[in-house]
Amino acid sequence: MSLSSLNPGQTAVLVIALYMVALIALGLLSQLVLRLTVADYFVASRGLGSVMLLMSLIGTTMTAFALIGSSGEAWESGIVVYGKMASWSGIIHAAMYFLIGIKLWAFGKKYGYVTQIQFFRDRFESDRLGLLLFPILVALLVPYILVGVISSGTALQQVTAGAFPDWFKFEDAKLAGAIPYWLGSLVTCVVVLYYISAGGVRGTAWVNALQTVIFLVLGCAMCWTIADRLGGPVNATKMVLDHNPTRLKRDASPQDMEQYQQKLKAWQADPKAAIIKPREPKPASKVEFTTYLFIPLSVAMFPHLFQYWLTARSARKFRLSIIGQPLLIMLIWAPCVMIGIWATSAIYNGQPVIPPDLVDSNKILPIIVKKLASPVLGALLAGGIFAAVMSSMDAQFLSLGSMFTNDIVGHYIGHDRFSDRQLVLIGRVFILVVVALSYLIGLKLQGTRGVFKLGVWCFSGFASLFPVLFAAIYWRRATKAGAYASILAAAGTWFWLFRDAGYGASGEPGRWGLTPVTLIFAASTIALVLVSLVTRPPSPATVEKFFGSSKYAR
Amino acid sequence: MKRAVIVLLVLLAILHQDFWFWDRIEPLVFGFIPIGLAYHIGVSMAAGILWAMAVCCCWPMDVDVPDAPFTTQPSTLQPERPR
Repeated sequence: MSLSSLNPGQTAVLVIALYMVALIALGLLSQLVLRLTVADYFVASRGLGSVMLLMSLIGTTMTAFALIGSSGEAWESGIVVYGKMASWSGIIHAAMYFLIGIKLWAFGKKYGYVTQIQFFRDRFESDRLGLLLFPILVALLVPYILVGVISSGTALQQVTAGAFPDWFKFEDAKLAGAIPYWLGSLVTCVVVLYYISAGGVRGTAWVNALQTVIFLVLGCAMCWTIADRLGGPVNATKMVLDHNPTRLKRDASPQDMEQYQQKLKAWQADPKAAIIKPREPKPASKVEFTTYLFIPLSVAMFPHLFQYWLTARSARKFRLSIIGQPLLIMLIWAPCVMIGIWATSAIYNGQPVIPPDLVDSNKILPIIVKKLASPVLGALLAGGIFAAVMSSMDAQFLSLGSMFTNDIVGHYIGHDRFSDRQLVLIGRVFILVVVALSYLIGLKLQGTRGVFKLGVWCFSGFASLFPVLFAAIYWRRATKAGAYASILAAAGTWFWLFRDAGYGASGEPGRWGLTPVTLIFAASTIALVLVSLVTRPPSPATVEKFFGSSKYAR
Repeated sequence: MKRAVIVLLVLLAILHQDFWFWDRIEPLVFGFIPIGLAYHIGVSMAAGILWAMAVCCCWPMDVDVPDAPFTTQPSTLQPERPR
């Protein structure tokens, strides 16, 4: 059987299967090379150099959210998504690495921390703080894992349509023969589980570096190919100017609204002649745009990022990551945002590329890749999407295992009662349980949640814990009671607003035009400062340990 | 120099709020990138340059610490048991 005898769906399945086999092989290879010690499994024996650190950090932070979420959100609301997320992230992620990352790395190296909770326990002199933080961090990681589960299932289903028509039946004839959502998500989770089990953080760092290069190269190739098929980038943008001009700016004037109504009437009267169904203008809120600055603060509190920070060989190895963050974020986001905008008005062979009745924005990127790229290239580009999905899921899975092993089992039952191999095994079992739970939730949520909105809710939760972290490092007067108050205020406000937003169904600003994270962040900060000021300061020994002087301690 | 880098970073965060391009599509940079998006791509590039300056001029000297032996039980605290 030759490659040319395969249909496009089967070609996609073959390429993606080969890609996953390659990842498993890399996992096996790292298993042969690695000593399976806890230090290697959880922090790669603190031995990563600048390039590996940069690639791992980019692979971990740039998730399906950055590819599928950004293009879907650009399709829904236009260029505003780049300013809200990518350019803010470029400034703030680097700041977090500079102000928080190297400090935590230094504490980790000096005192042997493997997880955030170990640091917080010592800094706030509270053993039970871990019991409060652990379920919150795990609960916040679940929606982040869901972003990967939903994206992988959706993408695989879209790009493999037509592969096995006798095996997989769908109500929607266009999807006949596709790898179903449940199977796509399941295979992705299993492959990631396998290679992290084999290689731990060091093995995952290798795989992540490879995957980051793949999705960077294929992301640019994807943008180039799609633009080419639409008659070049100038023509692709011209189609948007003709059909949905408000997607190219952030405001919508009364004239824009009037033009939209006219175009909608024309489309309703004769869809074939109008070709493109106009999309409703969505003027952006300036307050919301500004307050999105809080979202990227979340990276400082990601448990998986903390774990990667600890893998650096020295603080100097962070330098390339700090400089490279804004530039690589731009390289990933800008093409995806352009693709999302072009998708609103793309016409190919006289037909709209995106079906006019499409609601699920997660499908934009897979659909446009499927329709505009050749089968082999389309499959390779789909591989790039999977690289982004899996390079984040692996780090999230590992950090779950690390937290459970070190913060719960090791701390409360005792490290001495288990061998290294047993601890690693316990971590794996916990990962399996949380991933299985996330997978089942992902099945339940199919088609109901945009990965962008879900991701923003998850980031809002992590960002709201940032005041505690910042104070732990830079404010010696921050107290144990202040930390408890801040964490409880953040968790309570987040849950209240999340429930109000239909558990992630909506990410729209709720009160006074502010993003939800602004309110949660304010509640968390106020609680931290007020309670810290009226409670007993940390002991001189703790101040000495973390600040080098007990000048302000009583 | 350290102060200059901090001022420039704050200035970049302020310039990020480009309300003056809120309602503008044109000019289209390279004929296809709307000005509002091109401006923010510029913000990302400026951030890269500014953080390179920060790394060169404001790098903390005391942050590199000597190796400590790896342990999985770093906390000096013991689990609190019910009394």
